[in-house]
Amino acid sequence: MPKDGGIGASTTRREDARFLTGNGRYTDDINLRGQTYVHFLRSEVAHGRINGIDTSAAEAMPGVIKIFTAADFSAAGGLPCGWQVTDRHGQPMQEPKHPILAEGKVRHVGDPICGIVAETLEQARDAAEAIELDIEELPAVVDMVAALQDGATKVHDDLTSNLCYDWSLGEENLEAVTEAFKNAAHVVSLDLINNRLCANPMETRVAIGDYDPWADQHTLYTTSQNPHVIRLLMGAFVLSLPEHKLRVVAPDVGGGFGSKIYHYAEEAFCTHAAKILKRPVKWTSTRSEAFLSDAHARDHISTVELALDADHKFTALRSKTIANMGAYLSTFAPSIPTWLHGTLMAGPYTTPLIHVNVRAVFTNTVAVDAYRGAGRPEATFQLERLIDKAARELGVEPADLRRKNFINPDQFPYQTPVALEYDSGNFHATMDKAMALADYAGIEARAAEAAKRGKLRGIGMSQYIEACGIAPSNLVGQLGARAGLYETATVRVNATGSISVLTGCHSHGQGHETSFPQIVADMIGIDASQIDLVHGDTANTPMGMGTYGSRSIAVGGSALVKATGKIIDKAKKIAAHLLEAAPEDIELKDGKFSVAGTDKSIDWASVTLAAYVPHNYPLEEMEPGLEETAFYDPNNFTFPSGCYICEVEVDPETGKVDIVNFTAADDFGTVINPMIVEGQVHGGLAQGIGQAMTENCVYDENGQLLSGSFMDYTMPRADDVPGFTVDHSQFTLCTHNPLGAKGCGEAGAIGAPPAVVNAVIDALHRGGHRHVSHVDMPVTPQRVWAAMQK
Amino acid sequence: MTTVTMTVNGKSVSAPAEGRTLLAQYLREGLQLTGTHIGCDTSQCGACVVLVDGRAVKSCSVLAMDMDGAEVTTIEGMTNPDGSLGTIQQAFQDHHGLQCGFCTPGMVMAAAALLSENPKPTEAEVRHYLEGNICRCTGYHNIVKAVLAASGQDVGSLGAVAAE
Repeated sequence: MPKDGGIGASTTRREDARFLTGNGRYTDDINLRGQTYVHFLRSEVAHGRINGIDTSAAEAMPGVIKIFTAADFSAAGGLPCGWQVTDRHGQPMQEPKHPILAEGKVRHVGDPICGIVAETLEQARDAAEAIELDIEELPAVVDMVAALQDGATKVHDDLTSNLCYDWSLGEENLEAVTEAFKNAAHVVSLDLINNRLCANPMETRVAIGDYDPWADQHTLYTTSQNPHVIRLLMGAFVLSLPEHKLRVVAPDVGGGFGSKIYHYAEEAFCTHAAKILKRPVKWTSTRSEAFLSDAHARDHISTVELALDADHKFTALRSKTIANMGAYLSTFAPSIPTWLHGTLMAGPYTTPLIHVNVRAVFTNTVAVDAYRGAGRPEATFQLERLIDKAARELGVEPADLRRKNFINPDQFPYQTPVALEYDSGNFHATMDKAMALADYAGIEARAAEAAKRGKLRGIGMSQYIEACGIAPSNLVGQLGARAGLYETATVRVNATGSISVLTGCHSHGQGHETSFPQIVADMIGIDASQIDLVHGDTANTPMGMGTYGSRSIAVGGSALVKATGKIIDKAKKIAAHLLEAAPEDIELKDGKFSVAGTDKSIDWASVTLAAYVPHNYPLEEMEPGLEETAFYDPNNFTFPSGCYICEVEVDPETGKVDIVNFTAADDFGTVINPMIVEGQVHGGLAQGIGQAMTENCVYDENGQLLSGSFMDYTMPRADDVPGFTVDHSQFTLCTHNPLGAKGCGEAGAIGAPPAVVNAVIDALHRGGHRHVSHVDMPVTPQRVWAAMQK
Repeated sequence: MTTVTMTVNGKSVSAPAEGRTLLAQYLREGLQLTGTHIGCDTSQCGACVVLVDGRAVKSCSVLAMDMDGAEVTTIEGMTNPDGSLGTIQQAFQDHHGLQCGFCTPGMVMAAAALLSENPKPTEAEVRHYLEGNICRCTGYHNIVKAVLAASGQDVGSLGAVAAE
């Protein structure tokens, strides 16, 4: 049993006390003296030319302080894109300007045109209604295929077309792939759509700009997953503010799931407006506004084909995708359908030849970027749906077809044909575990029992692998990233032995305040209650890249191990001096330093006190104090994997799908806090199930968002999801980071969707509807019922 | 502006409100009780649930003025008199029924209303009752577990399979 508060212990979360008593401090809970409020007047049309903006009547209304338009930001840069993709011809992607407020044209419903700053929010809103906009509506490009046709209306007049890039991976294999398909004993293909989603963290985005003219100091309070990244992007690229004049604070943040990674226009607006007005400027997004301004996600149209030999071994895979970028390039948008998607097309299989092509396209819709999983759910959905279809066409058990093609445990490290080298995994083990927990073999009896009740029962699985622990900086630099992706930790040991850990990661639900101290407590052997985590403020944390891509423990935790290691090394030297022994003879156990082979020892706090009260201290050899910082830049991605099994019942009268069982067996490597990890899996599963069953972002042909509120965008609720059986006992260690940890945040959202759809197809086949080879997500009653009728 | 008076968490309080001021705004801005959260603008998410005269109410869907004289309990009023976590709050911590904490106040208040109406709900009853509260983090599994545990029921069968 791990010690409570140490690595492997399900220690309850220390952050809970404040959240459970209403004492969380979220950005909207902050109100500054003299604060003003901004309301954004946003475009009501998807595409239009701005011929005039008359703000004179609005400016005269009560409480209005200033109405900002694009002209007020003429000196500012556009919102930057953090990743440049190079296309298959070696050319850079087309990269349009993304202004803070619309310049000349509006390009999606919700594009901000004016920012009205007033004494109260109500006054700002009232004034917005008095602004006279002269906007000439233009034809909107909403459909991705239509957007790529010759002569299509262009979203950006200064680009050559709506094509952002035409990218390929495995281009050198193209001929060999074509040849393999010619020679295949079986070819299976599938057209599918990865539905557009909205992340919808329960806390909407909020930004408060503040400016101290006496120190020329800007502060932005914002709902961000990565305050240092916002400081870098907004300071260097948008507002030309050096880092020492700009502080970004992300206090308690109510969920992110990717949508709070990006640098948004409202953040730059509030920061700049606060300086102009010399008063704080606050913006709180409504949920309706969130649907029109938060980055959306997924939205791929794909065709994927698999070639198999007579023995059912996969010989080649071909995947073609059109990916929606929306109207502008959000911070990491170009990397999602490319380097986070194409590189995962080997999955856990030995497919030797793979070719992936992705065309990214601009449309008159909100920008699309990463959301939990980001690219990897799309890849996994293609593979795991296609393999399921292949098994049905070949008349073999889907689990057996997968096993036959698995990369086996003795094949690691395994170089895939799509750039990644997997370091570890055991796919058979997680599949065995999931099948046992789900009683996979018992489905026949359960289906027969369900049939008596008039229900079609089916079972489906998916076997995923994902690339996490983002990411080796030199590698992603070659792939187009305009940032490094290391993480940092400072371990500040105080004189009496307590410790403040400062991290560049950011916790917005992940429980870092509990799990990060567990790592340090375990290494030093002191009680975790002596250690606190500081995060979320660029003024008091080291430069780090934040929390996303399941990276916090794998990368940030590794930085913390490195920094704590430095602390222990130095503390041992101090202890050696105090004990009059050689440093190499000092052992640290349970917070006590002892000299090997003797009974001489000294406790942790005596050593830390000596570091800060260095009366008896080797000052000629070492500086006093006990504080160390480490930057950790990973050597490789980490590769969590696992097997998910979903069991459903379909009502043949209505097409309604009920999930009756869901089992997840994951390989996350080392787990710091199993309780927190299980919670992460639960949440990911609900989001994956949400994508598969209920959620869908829908635009009409004019670019109006039809799913613009929780009345229309169907978030999964407590009675839409089952209880989950989750397991992480079948683990292999990450071989290249000091914890052996792989990351767990995104797994559920990656593995769940194909398991759900495969289960629905299985249920329909068992019910005699054998003509149904695919149902697009979300598998609503209407879609399932319609599929059964054909 | 009119002054609205009500009893909140056992104390008589007054604050100004416009005709259009919602109870949620009155609590957050008028009384600085920021534990009550606003997660949507269509009365769907339930982050703002409080108890009004003992019943669960979405405080974004009632006007502060209409609540004059009412008895309101918010998340800030759910701790024990000594400041320790109340039974439901403690169950949420023990069973990891919260992650980012944003929906949590509404969940706890809805759970309190459920357990006062139905002291020993089944899992299905808990899931059905919490339909008006959206959580994006937990997948509901541990929220349901926490509510059942708070009702004094055994939740062993709902547990995850622990890693060996």
